[in-house]
Amino acid sequence: MKVLVGDPGKCKLVHACEAACAKVLHKKTGRPHAAIRVDPVEGQPRFQVCNQCGECITVCPTGALTRAKSGIVLLKKDLCVACYMCVGFCPSLSMVRAEGVLPPFKCISCGQCVKACPEKALSLVEQPHEGLPS
Amino acid sequence: MAYDYTKRTDLKGDVDKQKQAHKVLKEITFKPALPQRGYNDRTLYVNLTDLTIEERPVTQQMKDKFIGGRGFGLWFLWNATQASTRWNDPENELIIAPGPLAGNTQYPGSGKSLVVTLSPMTDIPIDCNVGGYFGPLMKFCGFDALEIQGKAARDVILVIDGPKGRIAIEEAPLENVDSHVAAEVFTHQYADDEKDLPNVSVVSAGRAADHTRIGCLNFSWYDLRRKATRLKQAGRGGTGTVFRDKKLKALVVHGFPVKGDQNNPADLERIARIGVKMHKELHDFDDSQCHMRRQGTAHLVEIMDAYDLLPVHNFQYGNHPDTPRINSQVWDKRFTQGIPDGCWYGCSMACSKGADEHQVMTGPYRGHSNTVDGPEYETAAGVGANCGIFDPDWLLECNFYCDVYGIDTISFGTLCAFCMECWQRGILNAERTGGLEIKFGSGPAQLELMHQMAEGRGFGLIAGQGVARMKKIFAEKGWGEAQLLNDIGMEVKGLEFSQYMSKESLAQQGGYSLTNKGPQHDEAWLIFMDMVNKQIPTFEDKAEALFYFPIFRTWFGLNGLCKLPWNDIEPADNARTPEPAKVPEHVQNYCELFAGITGREIDRHELLRMSRGVYNFQRVFNLRQGKGQRAHDRPPYRAVGPVTVEEYTSRAERYDKQLKEILGVDPAGKSVEEKMALTREHREAQYEKLMDAVYKRRGWTPNGVPTLETLKEVGMDFPELVAVVEQHL
Repeated sequence: MKVLVGDPGKCKLVHACEAACAKVLHKKTGRPHAAIRVDPVEGQPRFQVCNQCGECITVCPTGALTRAKSGIVLLKKDLCVACYMCVGFCPSLSMVRAEGVLPPFKCISCGQCVKACPEKALSLVEQPHEGLPS
Repeated sequence: MAYDYTKRTDLKGDVDKQKQAHKVLKEITFKPALPQRGYNDRTLYVNLTDLTIEERPVTQQMKDKFIGGRGFGLWFLWNATQASTRWNDPENELIIAPGPLAGNTQYPGSGKSLVVTLSPMTDIPIDCNVGGYFGPLMKFCGFDALEIQGKAARDVILVIDGPKGRIAIEEAPLENVDSHVAAEVFTHQYADDEKDLPNVSVVSAGRAADHTRIGCLNFSWYDLRRKATRLKQAGRGGTGTVFRDKKLKALVVHGFPVKGDQNNPADLERIARIGVKMHKELHDFDDSQCHMRRQGTAHLVEIMDAYDLLPVHNFQYGNHPDTPRINSQVWDKRFTQGIPDGCWYGCSMACSKGADEHQVMTGPYRGHSNTVDGPEYETAAGVGANCGIFDPDWLLECNFYCDVYGIDTISFGTLCAFCMECWQRGILNAERTGGLEIKFGSGPAQLELMHQMAEGRGFGLIAGQGVARMKKIFAEKGWGEAQLLNDIGMEVKGLEFSQYMSKESLAQQGGYSLTNKGPQHDEAWLIFMDMVNKQIPTFEDKAEALFYFPIFRTWFGLNGLCKLPWNDIEPADNARTPEPAKVPEHVQNYCELFAGITGREIDRHELLRMSRGVYNFQRVFNLRQGKGQRAHDRPPYRAVGPVTVEEYTSRAERYDKQLKEILGVDPAGKSVEEKMALTREHREAQYEKLMDAVYKRRGWTPNGVPTLETLKEVGMDFPELVAVVEQHL
């Protein structure tokens, strides 16, 4: 599976990734609607984004969260009851929700932020997903 | 050993053939609707005698005074019945009401239904708080409550079908009445297809509810991972007995697919914010606090044992060397882990654990493989330790059949333990029980008693009447002395005790006995505050706790919420707050949740005011039905101190020390009987003082009757309530 990975050494905190993500997911521009959040922590950029670990799949009561053949964890909105347990239980705090949007959302490794980053600080890295929750 | 949670015996049979045998007695169409800000402002009334089905409006006064859930149930019951009404009169009602906050999917523990009826155990109202999907699905069809009155001539089901806009009373002659089969069959009959199965919920009892007073109701939900229906119980006080007396085989609701905003809340963002905060708390702290997600309430077994609080041998003792055989480590392995076990969407506490692939050892389902829901702490302590049975397989067997037959595990555990002690003391013997050797430690005897209850035969018919009636029967037959029977029969108001030893906690003696419905821990569980943490040393402190906690906890039942996420998970800094036992941050969450859904801002004072009105209303209701006074609030001495020489001797050091330090009596040279008498005199006097202090704090007379000033203060000075109270002033 392709997992989004950030390089703190290259990131200049211009937040272009957040803008691109919000546009793709919600046709919005603001960071609250983005599934990637980048913040400075102790002087270094920290990327808060899904690593496709699948812990959310195990807590979802309706089966709305599943792992696709590609390995990416996807949310079926029609099955989601907006309980947000996946938000509270995400180990990397990267299942998120935004005001006015009922279902939560997450990075689906679409790569739009990779293209949008002027510093080329983001990349999609192939990683194995055998043994992870599905 | 690994258990496969997808495997079990298929019990459905030919569901279509069974459905074809249904005969529609009455049906109406209705317009489904979603609530606005948590209320539909509409309830459903059904009379099984004359087949009335009608919609009724909810008034603003009902919402202001009774809020919803248990409050609505009590109000309907008050209006439907009279002082002379008993549980099996046609006018008795069975009410199911979820409450205004029920059905939200964001805050843990928000799917509760409240069941209210006149109890066959106590002759006063009983209220049960139960999970499963029935209440929320019914609410999202358009009804804030379901009121059932009358009795059918033959076994019927009531179907509320939202998507089809249909409500019907149908004769259903073929289906099995036992809950694990009934829930499975009716769910498949009324779901449109496999995807639709989670949108159906069934309420059912079981065959033992036909023959005993301790019948319970099972509320189902469809477990997507297990691909099977699961059950939660409205356990206490004989709700299932009333249900079967009305010839109800099942209630079926077929609802719409659940979404996260069907309450049309005033401020979804606010609810979502505190919901996520709670989910995160459970994620971060449950593993280091109560382990509810892995063990449910069964985590309490060894804690209670360690503090001498686990009832053993009919509450004679508080611990046992074999407790490790049924403690949380056993259940942690026996429960299937890693799948969601919430009894409503969004419950991240997920304490509805399941033990899969239980191989049934006895009775009509012998040889079947089934999932057992639980055991919860109360069941493990009640049918296990209290009966001296420390075998997890027998415990699962008993838990399974209690649910299947529609029997309350708490009352069954306590009454079975009472029978076992009666055997121990020669009050019962093989001749008197028809050959049933009902001895402490015997799992097979316990199950035989259960099957006798289910089949309506033998000693099971007597035991199924409950402890209060057994005491009377045994004394009348001259099998035992009335004094001893009254001392060891663990009931108050006719309801059996739940499973905590209260001997060393005066506050908990009140927590059990100064309750509205009978000795159930859901009003006030004060043992740790009182006995372990010593936070409420004076009578005034205890009275304050017995004022605050029962009223605070009432609020969950008014709103369709579970109590557990209030204090079975705590914020990281809770211990550093001024009143950690109240979990102030979570109280604030509830204020926000109420405001977020209903749009009405409340604070913690207003929250208490809401509950205090209903709590006092229920006390006056008890008074109208002939109870609700001081004489009905006294515990059996077993709940207060050592009844027998063995009990005293087993904790002689403790009791001798108390004689010396508290009473200033030197125990040296005194016989055990003399020391027991002194202890009893002291402890019973302490309890009387506690009653005085609690009644005063609650605004009641020394006889336990709410004063007219109190009724006015809590907004319950309706003329009909005042008239009841005035007879006792």
